[in-house]
Amino acid sequence: MGQPTSDGAAPSSATSTNPGLSVPTRRGTELLLLAFAAFLVTLANVLVEANQSGELTRELIYYGAAYLALFGAAHVAVRLLAPYADPLILPCVALLNGIGLVMIHRIDLGQADRAIQLGQDMPTDAAPRQILWTAIALGLFIAVMVLVRDHRMLAKYGYTAGLVGLVALALPGLLPASLSEANGAKIWLKLGIFSIQPGEFAKILLLVFFAAFLVAKRDLFTHAGRRVLGVDLPRARDMAPLFAAWGLSVGVLVLEKDLGTSLLFFGIVLVMLYIATERAIWLVIGLTCFAVGCVVAYHLFTHVQTRVTIWLDPFVDFYGKGNQLILALFGMGTGGVFGAGLGAGRPELVPFANSDFIISSIAEEVGFVGLAAVLMLYVLLSMRGFRSALAVRDSFGKLLGGGLAFAVGFQVFVVVGGVTKLIPLTGLTAPFLSQGGSSLVANYALVALLLRISDAARRPSTLPKPRPQQAPIAEAHTVLVERPK
Amino acid sequence: MQLTRAGFLALLWLFVLAALRVVRSDLYAASGLRAAVPGFRRGGAKPARGSRAPRQLVVTHGALAGTRISLEGRPIMIGRADDSTLVLDDDYASTRHARLSMRGTDWYVEDLGSTNGTYLDRAKVTGPTRVPLGVPIRIGKTVIELRS
Repeated sequence: MGQPTSDGAAPSSATSTNPGLSVPTRRGTELLLLAFAAFLVTLANVLVEANQSGELTRELIYYGAAYLALFGAAHVAVRLLAPYADPLILPCVALLNGIGLVMIHRIDLGQADRAIQLGQDMPTDAAPRQILWTAIALGLFIAVMVLVRDHRMLAKYGYTAGLVGLVALALPGLLPASLSEANGAKIWLKLGIFSIQPGEFAKILLLVFFAAFLVAKRDLFTHAGRRVLGVDLPRARDMAPLFAAWGLSVGVLVLEKDLGTSLLFFGIVLVMLYIATERAIWLVIGLTCFAVGCVVAYHLFTHVQTRVTIWLDPFVDFYGKGNQLILALFGMGTGGVFGAGLGAGRPELVPFANSDFIISSIAEEVGFVGLAAVLMLYVLLSMRGFRSALAVRDSFGKLLGGGLAFAVGFQVFVVVGGVTKLIPLTGLTAPFLSQGGSSLVANYALVALLLRISDAARRPSTLPKPRPQQAPIAEAHTVLVERPK
Repeated sequence: MQLTRAGFLALLWLFVLAALRVVRSDLYAASGLRAAVPGFRRGGAKPARGSRAPRQLVVTHGALAGTRISLEGRPIMIGRADDSTLVLDDDYASTRHARLSMRGTDWYVEDLGSTNGTYLDRAKVTGPTRVPLGVPIRIGKTVIELRS
């Protein structure tokens, strides 16, 4: 107990790294699944239109074709740039993104109807903007694939990535509220016509930094310090990075009033440390820090108290702060097991139905069965990420892949847990589903890195490069020649 | 209306099941049960050498413990160089540390002029040395062995 070294886990974590000479690239599987995803998204759109307006237009076919063309381009890029990449990651992401787009469009329709009924001004549609963001995100996806030809080159930029990520994470907290605050959270960077959330990009940059840092300094963290109650504690000075991360996430919580980013960031650091050292004591120390942080934050900050009160009993403040969560819960209750049908529910009643609460909107329309399928897509995405991390041959790739896969899974847990009242509500977005450009663009960059790592993991090992030809004189054997007489 | 609702859910789950099928076929490919997947190397091409021939290289100690590399007859380069088959991240290993190569049916280990040497069991490897099954090869902090 307390001393699982890397030796102990040898047989269980065994994976084959270069299976067979003729490794199938499986790009055909990917294309087939992408076509299936396009069909599903078009079908969903047709159902929404049929239920909402009662008539079908030819434009729906064009939307479907445009969707297929966008992801077809991504598929061609993968085929050219990472031929051995995992065949499931892109189709899962495409389907999630497509369902998100249909849902955002559907909420636009609902809100327009509601505005007409109440005699209000027509709200601006969010779907066209989101489609534009999807195109931009896929552009960045391809750019990352082109620029990062080998994920190991990222390790060289570890400290640069760390610095840029830190600045990006802290910037909104330090800027004046007029430039960074929206809906109670200071996580924005408002640049004229559009605004971005730098925290989403900071997530990836800090992951790169931690992977590079831990690969270089891994040995430090496995040093045993004092032994307390039969458990090897790490040395106090080795715990400094963990405390620094903890302090930073508390800082984010205080300055930016954002529970979600803070929780996500600390979770990522903790899991990266655990993956790197395989020592459970880090989890214990980290969770203790987390618990202390929770209690302190609860007593010091009113916005944390509000969140916890709503979580424990949303009906305390029915028409006020608890209203959003209550409406979401009622929505999911209305959906039941099989859902109200796409376009047949009223998800637009919930504030932020297309961003923070898109999970409850989906649950209302497709029910528990449909939401379970959506969550399965996330499970598949995260699982394939972890699998690639296991199979890749270098430590940096293992850590980065594990961290990226965990980040997706953990973010989904925090979002779905918050919306379904399992944990206090946080302001995170559901990756690929929620309306919001930064989240979409950053998560596509994340997927591009995962695909790069999975490509390195499945690619059959090539023959070693021929060693440089030496000058013939160096290779020539020494021969004794008889001295001419 | 009810039909479309159920139909969409069914198709959504069909997608998930199709994806899981791909996962399953990958599991078989990884565990070496290639014959179980139809259409993948059908019949023949089975090594006729029996079960005693080395089929994979396993890392038993060190940072990469648990990694397996299947042996296909091509030489395996071990070292810190990025293009090695087994990339070691170890201060005690050289850039091009050792090479495992097949001659006939046997595998030979060869030290490529490393600083800290390569050890087969307890003996330092000086020239190409035959590697029996299950005998540890020590390179820096990493220990590998051949298994059938």
